[in-house]
Amino acid sequence: MLQIEDLHVSIEDREVLKGLSLEIKPGETFILFGPNGSGKTSLLMTLMGFANYKVTAGKITFNGHDITHAPIYERARLGIGMSFQRPPTIHGLKTRHLVTMCAKHRNRDVDAEELAHKLNFAQFLERDINSGFSGGEIKRSELLQLMAQKPSLLLFDEPESGVDLENMALIGNTVRDLLNGSLRPTPNASMKELRSQRSTSGLIITHTGYILDYILADRGQVLYDGVLCCESNPRAILEHIGKFGYKECVRCLK
Amino acid sequence: MSEVDTKKNLSAHESDISRFDFAGQDSGITDIRSLSPEDKERLLMSGVDVDQAGRSGTYLQVDHQSVHCDVCDPNVEILDINKALEKYDGLPDYFWKAVHKEQDDFTRLASDQRLHGGYFIRAKAGMKIAEPVQSCLFIKGEAVAQNVHNIILVEEGAELHVITGCATAHGQQSALHLGISEFFIKKGGTLTFTMIHNWGEKVMVRPRTVGVVEEDGSFQNNYVLLKPVESVQSYPSIYLNGPRAVARFNSVIVAPQGSLVDTGNRIYLNAPQTRGEIISRTITTGGKIIARGHIIGNTVPAKGHLECKGLILGNGVIHAIPELEGTVSGVELSHEAAVGKIAQEEIEYLMARGLDEEEATSTIVRGFLNVEIMGLPAKLQESIEKTIQESEKDMF
Repeated sequence: MLQIEDLHVSIEDREVLKGLSLEIKPGETFILFGPNGSGKTSLLMTLMGFANYKVTAGKITFNGHDITHAPIYERARLGIGMSFQRPPTIHGLKTRHLVTMCAKHRNRDVDAEELAHKLNFAQFLERDINSGFSGGEIKRSELLQLMAQKPSLLLFDEPESGVDLENMALIGNTVRDLLNGSLRPTPNASMKELRSQRSTSGLIITHTGYILDYILADRGQVLYDGVLCCESNPRAILEHIGKFGYKECVRCLK
Repeated sequence: MSEVDTKKNLSAHESDISRFDFAGQDSGITDIRSLSPEDKERLLMSGVDVDQAGRSGTYLQVDHQSVHCDVCDPNVEILDINKALEKYDGLPDYFWKAVHKEQDDFTRLASDQRLHGGYFIRAKAGMKIAEPVQSCLFIKGEAVAQNVHNIILVEEGAELHVITGCATAHGQQSALHLGISEFFIKKGGTLTFTMIHNWGEKVMVRPRTVGVVEEDGSFQNNYVLLKPVESVQSYPSIYLNGPRAVARFNSVIVAPQGSLVDTGNRIYLNAPQTRGEIISRTITTGGKIIARGHIIGNTVPAKGHLECKGLILGNGVIHAIPELEGTVSGVELSHEAAVGKIAQEEIEYLMARGLDEEEATSTIVRGFLNVEIMGLPAKLQESIEKTIQESEKDMF
């Protein structure tokens, strides 16, 4: 699905990713940990293709396409979808209109009303996108757009930030749905078989790990100062960071 | 920068205006329906419905003549200004009562020259006029100086929407338009005034507008200019003289190369609990825009807010001059002004949803030039949006 080889990225002249390699398989959900400023968000922004993030070396391949230098919209059309942490307000652009355009560029036709209803967000469809939205509303708006896009690789930067407890379940379950992880075993197929049929992959950044209560995370790794280290079960990493902080990463890297 | 003629003259020098003809010109047009298809199209783009569907009445001025004036709603009166002056003994309470003849060169010029026409529109007390009244000030002849005087009277508790389309004929060259407009909104009355300018590249436009709003009255002004013009200079001023009166100005302006647009809005908050709001969205694609705004708070409590936002696409100039003038303690005035380009962050956000750069940019521009807030009739809104879409090809 996604293959990153020895990726070096700079913002202006500062190198933020220093030789990062990572593979995410179809249906796999990968959790990225790391302290503030370690380069997690930069990785997501680079994968989406934002202009400020200059790839100076390395290669990104998505479903067989070399997208290292592809424009943002091409990646979106190929099936990469990203949830923004602090999306800009666009005055005069209705949420409904944007949702429709999200679907259109993935050759889909969606009922914005029905999708919004699932997120308890129908009353926002006529509002200008992100205008005066609270933290939780921004999350639901981003999810609504992703539901319309139906990406095959989901990039999610801290799905739990700014979300109250009540909305956490709604957001957590929606992320799981997007990753098609809400499967139930049937007489014809075991859970294992169903999981192997999953095709949507995820790359999720989390600090608190709350999202792990809702999704089936396969693998996790810590990003520290622009390089990946400490691959393990996400729960184990979380517990370890909770106990010892990121200083063990420093020791590990030394 | 260098492509903009910043020295272009906005004052009334002899050399500038002597090329225009104030004497009588007969366009030969006798009815709105007798215009050519091209001219009808020009009117349509200016918000004028030539079939008059969904309109309470129509006033049409071509060059120096008032050629068409009729009413479909008995609760509204529409007259040629000269007839109104005759009928109402010179309209002593209204004619030249809000605009002062000596306020500037062009106003003086307008008062000195022969009056060619203009409309008198009166919404009768307590009547809510459901459909808009449309007026059109049309220039067809060459080098015509058109001098009109308009008066709108909204009587107590009445409600009225006037749509004014100003246009020049297909293929018409140079012209000067002088328009004095005086609005009087009586106690509890509501006036929505929508003006759509559709002039030509060699047309000088000098409207002079002043309105007075009484107690509980409400005035909303919408201004749309999307087409090239030589120069526009206007600064409509509204006096909120009665308690709880409100005024709101919305402007959407695009200035292509060669256009000089100097426009602003002024609101005087002269009575307690009055509110004023001025919102302008301007785009230059090569022309020069001076976006003014002035709110004067002379009483408390009173609130005023001014918002002028400008986008520079190409080599144009936008000069935003928001002014707030409080003369008493406790008055609440605020402003927000921004001039710049489309934020890269917004373009990339939309690109991450699959829109290519051009589609992302045009989506943002359309949102920026949002005419939805004007609450116009659907057909007119559609036609404005279509014009915006068409002018996009010059934008980027």
